[in-house]
Amino acid sequence: MSSVAIPQNPVEPFLRSERMPHIWCPGCGIGTTVNCFTRALLDSKADLTKLAIVSGIGCTGRVAGYTNLDSFHTTHGRAIPFATGLKLANPELNVVVYSGDGDLFAIGGNHLIHAARRNVNLKVICVNNLIYAMTGGQTAPTTPGDVITSTAPYGTYDPAFNLPYLVEAAGAVYVARWTTFHVRQLAKSMAEMFQKKGFGFIEVLSPCPTLYQRRNKMGDGLDAMKFYKQVSKIKHGAPTSEVALSKSGEIVVGKFVDRERPEYIGTMNTYLEQQLGERYVEPHTLSDDGGCSGGELEVISCNR
Amino acid sequence: MPRGSVSIVVERCKACGFCVEFCPTKVLALSSAFNSKGYHPPHAVAPEKCSGCDLCGMYCPDFAIYGYRNDKNAPKEDEADAR
Amino acid sequence: MHADPQGVLTGAHFLDGDHAACEGAIAAGARFAAGYPITPSTEVVERFAMRAPTVGGTFIQMEDELAASITIQGAVWGGVKAFTVTSGPGFSLMMEHIGYAAMTETPCVFINVQRGGPSTGLPTLPAQADMMQVRWGSHGDYEIIALCPNSPQECFDLTIKAFNFSEQYRVPVFVMLDEVVGHMTEKVIIPPAEEIEIEPRHFTKKAPKDFRLYEPEANQVPDMVKAGDGYNIHVTGLTHDQRGYPDMTPPMQDVLVKRLQSKILDNADKICLFEKENVEGADVVVVSYGITSRVAQRAVDQAREKGVKVGKLRLITAWPFPERVISEIAPTIKGFVVPELNLGQMVREVERCAGGKTRTVRVSHAGGTVHNPESILNAILEVAR
Repeated sequence: MSSVAIPQNPVEPFLRSERMPHIWCPGCGIGTTVNCFTRALLDSKADLTKLAIVSGIGCTGRVAGYTNLDSFHTTHGRAIPFATGLKLANPELNVVVYSGDGDLFAIGGNHLIHAARRNVNLKVICVNNLIYAMTGGQTAPTTPGDVITSTAPYGTYDPAFNLPYLVEAAGAVYVARWTTFHVRQLAKSMAEMFQKKGFGFIEVLSPCPTLYQRRNKMGDGLDAMKFYKQVSKIKHGAPTSEVALSKSGEIVVGKFVDRERPEYIGTMNTYLEQQLGERYVEPHTLSDDGGCSGGELEVISCNR
Repeated sequence: MPRGSVSIVVERCKACGFCVEFCPTKVLALSSAFNSKGYHPPHAVAPEKCSGCDLCGMYCPDFAIYGYRNDKNAPKEDEADAR
Repeated sequence: MHADPQGVLTGAHFLDGDHAACEGAIAAGARFAAGYPITPSTEVVERFAMRAPTVGGTFIQMEDELAASITIQGAVWGGVKAFTVTSGPGFSLMMEHIGYAAMTETPCVFINVQRGGPSTGLPTLPAQADMMQVRWGSHGDYEIIALCPNSPQECFDLTIKAFNFSEQYRVPVFVMLDEVVGHMTEKVIIPPAEEIEIEPRHFTKKAPKDFRLYEPEANQVPDMVKAGDGYNIHVTGLTHDQRGYPDMTPPMQDVLVKRLQSKILDNADKICLFEKENVEGADVVVVSYGITSRVAQRAVDQAREKGVKVGKLRLITAWPFPERVISEIAPTIKGFVVPELNLGQMVREVERCAGGKTRTVRVSHAGGTVHNPESILNAILEVAR
């Protein structure tokens, strides 16, 4: 048998390789989620030119900066409203929001539930490491009870959000949870979400050996992965009210929600067209010369 | 010839051990050698067992290893799931 | 280039300042707005919500001003001209994204219809007390452009100007109305589209492999692209190199932040618009802007009737501050009189630029209504003495 040329790592074309190595700690799972993301993009044969990735701030917020796509590293918590503007202005873009639990659910929580309510066609990947890692391991709205964090030196007593439950209630059409142990399922789930119209959400539990586990004597990244393997139960369609996480209890993973709701931009266009008839002009972006592409002159009374 | 191979970018490795632990055919072990950052990267201790399933590539958070099939036309067998 | 006739309501209209600003935005080519309701600015987006679907535009009402002020920036990178509108408390929330727009060089326009503060303050009454906030509100060193209309006509004209400046310099630009100008209804002439000059977005002509998102052109301003055109851009609020990649080092900070400043300050003479009247040979010059310039006019007229040699300098551009004109006038007069609807903001700039060469007298007002012209007159007479 003749020798074959060594194929490239499938993740490589998606990376800004001149920026490697990345800043993530040994045993951090964010890079693992990026592998799954790229496999999902390959599987779904997405037009990468029309794909934009938007991140907020934090460890996961750095994903945008490492992916060789149109990528936006926005302000803390505001990835979703930025992505909303991007998508509305240029609906042919597929917009993925890739950010962490603190970014999306604390400082950005209001934006997230409203985007889900509107059912804007955004795909949200939330890497949940249960803590604010970039800033040194402070309590997040996802931190389970009875763990030590840098701002809960005696342990946490704040109740945590159950992310799938919250996002389903807000209106998401696709809700799943996996861990970084479930790489194949995660990649498949992402590919499935990309095919859906509307607001999709995947939570990925990911190790934070440096800040979450170390303070709680939970070992390193590999220990977290073994823990995921040991305690995860795949329950597709599980009621999201029953999938809350705890420090050491069962982790319910799977696809919880897959439903249809009218997507925002399509609804807007149809509704306005219905209301305005021929007066309705569909939005467009600036032309190459930087000007508006023209249309019919619209005359309306402005002396209100 | 084994059905698959792994390719390792030694300098990217941070020795998390995910690839070693979850390789379904136990091809890998952490090497005793260091890379320039002081980590022990994996090496193939049983290369003949590699199926080229690329589970190592999917796990590796540092994009430092991946697997591939030596005969890319070979029919895909059921990919080992990480369960 | 000329305005797109679609959207330009050529003719004579009777409009309030808020509505005129909205028409200015549409004439300038804005096809996206995001907003959150707040008095006395809401009429701008109410009108835009009505007009947008008929001109190929999009309006979205966001969950708060934090969202509105970043949604427009997403829209800009999506390839449209975009703006948001607010007033004091909402403006305070937008500070975060003023910094982001400055750092990422995202051309966009903010319309602030100023009301009395601090905090909830005077929701339906005027002030000019956000003048320092607009300049310094977000953290770090950066420059912005702020324009101050004093009539509905200028709300129209200067909103167009704001969009043009924002595209020219890739900078957030602010149209600083106040409640009185925003709610004052006057005749507004909207010219034919071909008479309205529009600054197009400067999309690069370079191929993706040759293009760097933050490589400055001759005027220190880099060209733009939009998402989806194959450039694989990276945009970040972190200190970044010409590729847009984070580079958080003192040398890169020095290069980037100094350029963000110099691209505006080196062009200050082109950006600083003002109206000068009877300044030559004057003993006193009244420096004012926005609604206060109209109140000051009466005081100036009364002072002239009393034989005082008084000139008028109306600031149309507040930021960058027109340093040159102030420092040129300063040695030639007995003093500046600076009335404003705040307890002393732009007056500090006048004083700074006067550099001790003349007196600078403030006529402060806590806001809620306009000055009594007599208070300005008294200051003029006092300085002239």
